[in-house]
Amino acid sequence: MFFAVTVGDWLGEVENWVFAVLAIAMVYAAIRVVTTKNVVHAALFLVIALGGSAAIFLLLGAEFVAWTVVMVYIGAVIVLFLFGIMITRAPLGYETKLSHPRRVRIGAALASGALFLLIGGAMLDAFGDDPVPAAIDPTRTSDIGQSIFERFVIPFEVVSFVLLAALIGGIVIARQDPTVEEEEVLQ
Amino acid sequence: MSSPLAFVAPLILATAEEEGGHAVEHFGDGGVLAEFAWLIPVVPMVAAFAIAFFGKKSPLKGWGLAWGSMAFVAVYGVALFISNLIEGITYEGAISIGDIGTDASGHTLGLEWGWMVDGLSIMMYMVVGVVGVLVFTYAKSYMEGDIRFTWFFASFALFGGGMLVLVSAPNLIQLIVGWELVGVASYLLIGHYWEEHENSSAAIKAFLTNKVADVGLFIGAIIISLSVGSFRFTDIMEHISHGADHSTLAQYSFWAGVAIFIGAMGKSAQFPLHVWLPDAMAGPTPVSALMHAATMVTAGVYLIGRLFPFYNTPGFADDVRWIIIVIGTLTLFLTGLIALVADDIKKVLAYSTLSQLGYMMVAMGAGAYTAALFHLFTHAFFKSLLFLGAGSVIHAVHSNNMSDMGGLRKYMPQTYTTFMIGSLALAGIFPLAGFWSKDEILASIQYAGSNYTVEQGGAALANFVLVVAIAGAFVTAFYMTRAVSLTFFGKYKGHGHPHESPKMMTYPLIALAGFSVVAGWINIPGVTSFFTDGVAARFLAPGDHHATALNYGLAAVGTLAAVGGIVVGYFLWFADKDTQQERDKFRIPVLYPLLEHKYFIDDFYMDGIVRPLRGPVARAVDWFNGHVIDLVINGAGVLSVRLGKIVYWFDQRGVDGAINASAAAAGGTGGMLRLLQTGRIQQYAFLIVAGTVALVAGFIIF
Amino acid sequence: MIINQFLLLGAALFSIGVYGVLSRRNAVLVLLSVELMLAAVNINMVAFDRLNQDVMAGGQVFALFIIAVAAAEVGIGIAIVLLIFRNRRSANVDELDLMKL
Repeated sequence: MFFAVTVGDWLGEVENWVFAVLAIAMVYAAIRVVTTKNVVHAALFLVIALGGSAAIFLLLGAEFVAWTVVMVYIGAVIVLFLFGIMITRAPLGYETKLSHPRRVRIGAALASGALFLLIGGAMLDAFGDDPVPAAIDPTRTSDIGQSIFERFVIPFEVVSFVLLAALIGGIVIARQDPTVEEEEVLQ
Repeated sequence: MSSPLAFVAPLILATAEEEGGHAVEHFGDGGVLAEFAWLIPVVPMVAAFAIAFFGKKSPLKGWGLAWGSMAFVAVYGVALFISNLIEGITYEGAISIGDIGTDASGHTLGLEWGWMVDGLSIMMYMVVGVVGVLVFTYAKSYMEGDIRFTWFFASFALFGGGMLVLVSAPNLIQLIVGWELVGVASYLLIGHYWEEHENSSAAIKAFLTNKVADVGLFIGAIIISLSVGSFRFTDIMEHISHGADHSTLAQYSFWAGVAIFIGAMGKSAQFPLHVWLPDAMAGPTPVSALMHAATMVTAGVYLIGRLFPFYNTPGFADDVRWIIIVIGTLTLFLTGLIALVADDIKKVLAYSTLSQLGYMMVAMGAGAYTAALFHLFTHAFFKSLLFLGAGSVIHAVHSNNMSDMGGLRKYMPQTYTTFMIGSLALAGIFPLAGFWSKDEILASIQYAGSNYTVEQGGAALANFVLVVAIAGAFVTAFYMTRAVSLTFFGKYKGHGHPHESPKMMTYPLIALAGFSVVAGWINIPGVTSFFTDGVAARFLAPGDHHATALNYGLAAVGTLAAVGGIVVGYFLWFADKDTQQERDKFRIPVLYPLLEHKYFIDDFYMDGIVRPLRGPVARAVDWFNGHVIDLVINGAGVLSVRLGKIVYWFDQRGVDGAINASAAAAGGTGGMLRLLQTGRIQQYAFLIVAGTVALVAGFIIF
Repeated sequence: MIINQFLLLGAALFSIGVYGVLSRRNAVLVLLSVELMLAAVNINMVAFDRLNQDVMAGGQVFALFIIAVAAAEVGIGIAIVLLIFRNRRSANVDELDLMKL
């Protein structure tokens, strides 16, 4: 009822094949992230999901964002997660207690399913089959740079300040205070 | 703009909504200077509140703010005065605040905040500003060490603001607001030393006497604005300019004129409502100089001047003028005589002020708008000079009484010189300011006496009045000679060692002395007419008569009277310095007790009005208290005992039961809700998500 | 390509992320799920940016900002988890019920 285009028409475009493959892979990876019983696997599945989102960005012609996702998320954030996992000495093998009991999981599934229906329904109702003039004209990185440093320069400064605060805060929180004996040794 | 916001709008934007701004032909509109004249009342007003709230913490304890605001007014006033002399300014700015309804003939009565910039108000701006800034300078030194120093300047700045609101008012409502503001400031400042009961009762007396008169002002304002259909002076003047034949105002104008004049009598302390002014000398001397000599007490004269065409146009209130003349004459002569017997130097000056206000009123009554205002103008300078000089003396000898002074000429040369100049100016000696203004009043009375008919407002009385006015000039010179002799000559009779006041106090004296010399020169008949042209810049021409040439005969008579007063005073008090004190106690059988008791007017008010009323009223209140109120209270007591018993039963059974039940209910609910509070973040997050989904879904569906 | 395919993908990822946040016990895994939600938001941002053909590329710029803030969030989050682990020898969220006190 929402679509005028048929599935056949939709599959007529090559990009949509690519999209379908990516979407299926991403949703699968995402589900594995939240259900797997191995912590390291969860982090690696997140890599797949985020890599898929980078590919989606390429599909949409947002090249700069795509490569930023690859570098920041896959390059840095995931490494950080793996470090966190190692340091907290979470079991590397299969472990059953990573999730809450079944009762809680069913409740969470119902809530998130309802959320999906709500958002999806609202989106379908609002946008129907509006086309995206996507890959026709990829956004140039220079345009984004210009936009950041002209139109969005104050948010940019704020974000850099947030990063600085996070840097300092992370050090302050995670730093282990030396014990009395260690201090004596240091002196 | 009929919201409360409109009230603050003028503070933000000068010309938010100008409805005025129209200029009469052959007068300018004053340009930017007039457009921003709303600052004149606003700046001291803001300063007053700023001092009251933050003054104590500021380095100069608030004096700086007060002085700065007055200096601003002075500079602005002088600038306006000069540009008014170059080209007459008539400008009216107004911001609408709201409508208070419609009158019988369909006019909408609009409330407005506005600022009038014409010859009359410009003259007052300048007087208030210039005298104000000099008095404020003086007051810093005079009030040094006072425990309520900051509060004094807050009230004083409030007075400045209120006076300027009054002067700048383009409508009757704003005028009344300013009128009452100066009344409040006057109350606060007269009672500044409230620790002594005498001072606070003087403040109350001033306030109540003014209130009696204010009733007149209110009635007059109501009659005028309802019959014209507007509070605005320009509308009232336009109404008057159409003539009396088809005017609704003309039918009631006699009573309206009398009522307005009663209001003016209160503020300008005319006989027999003058009793508050001598008592008002209980306030600090700078207050007496600025308010009770130069500005506030001239508000009544200003009011008559503002409505002058109403009193001067045939068919309107021109038949009130004989009342004004009679009252003015009584004031000028009778109060001048009291000044002869007062021992308190400030009271001498206060009675002198009353007498001079009488002159102004007489001139207004005789249809001499310019002469009255000119005397107001010059009087403001020399009388504030005299007050400040008296303050300087009081500062030195720590007493108000002239019997504690004497011989101060040697100790206080600057005060002596300036006081002398002020006295001569007040006495009307050529060529000082008082000579010119008093002469102009005499000339206008003479003109009224010889040219006006009985139909033209009974000004034919004027020939008799002229004689009294000349006699008044004699008396003025006489009592000033006495005051100068007893204060500055003879032997020092006080205690301690008097000394000259600091420069902060003598410099304003010198400046005012300068003004007292030259202020008269701007309006020499036949030579200069700056002042006449200046105050004539009105939307409706005042249409008064003013002399175009000096009447040498009258001037000679006036001067002769003044010189005569000085000579007689000289022989009485000055000739033998050592015995002047004894001769001051010299008494004339009937007259002296009469004067000493101030014609028994205060006693009459006290014994004839206040006490008789107070007794029965007090007894009535007492009876009411003893019978009605006590009965009610006793009944209530019995009733509440009965009620109490019932309530007790109800309380034990009903209320306690309900309270226990509700406590149990609350406890039960809490016990159940307690289970919800697990402290687990994810459970909270789950509830948030589920709640959000439910809410949004609800909003979408319904 | 229609806009809704991206939006629905975003919605699916977001809901899966919410599920993860609600159902996981391990704090690191909760943070991983939050990353998933942020990625979903980014997809929506870029998709809307393309739909509106924004000259200033506002959607993409804000996707970049979100990435930056997410990086900061992960840094702080991991630090907090580390601190908790150090003090309690456990990274399980359901053992952190101090909010009840």
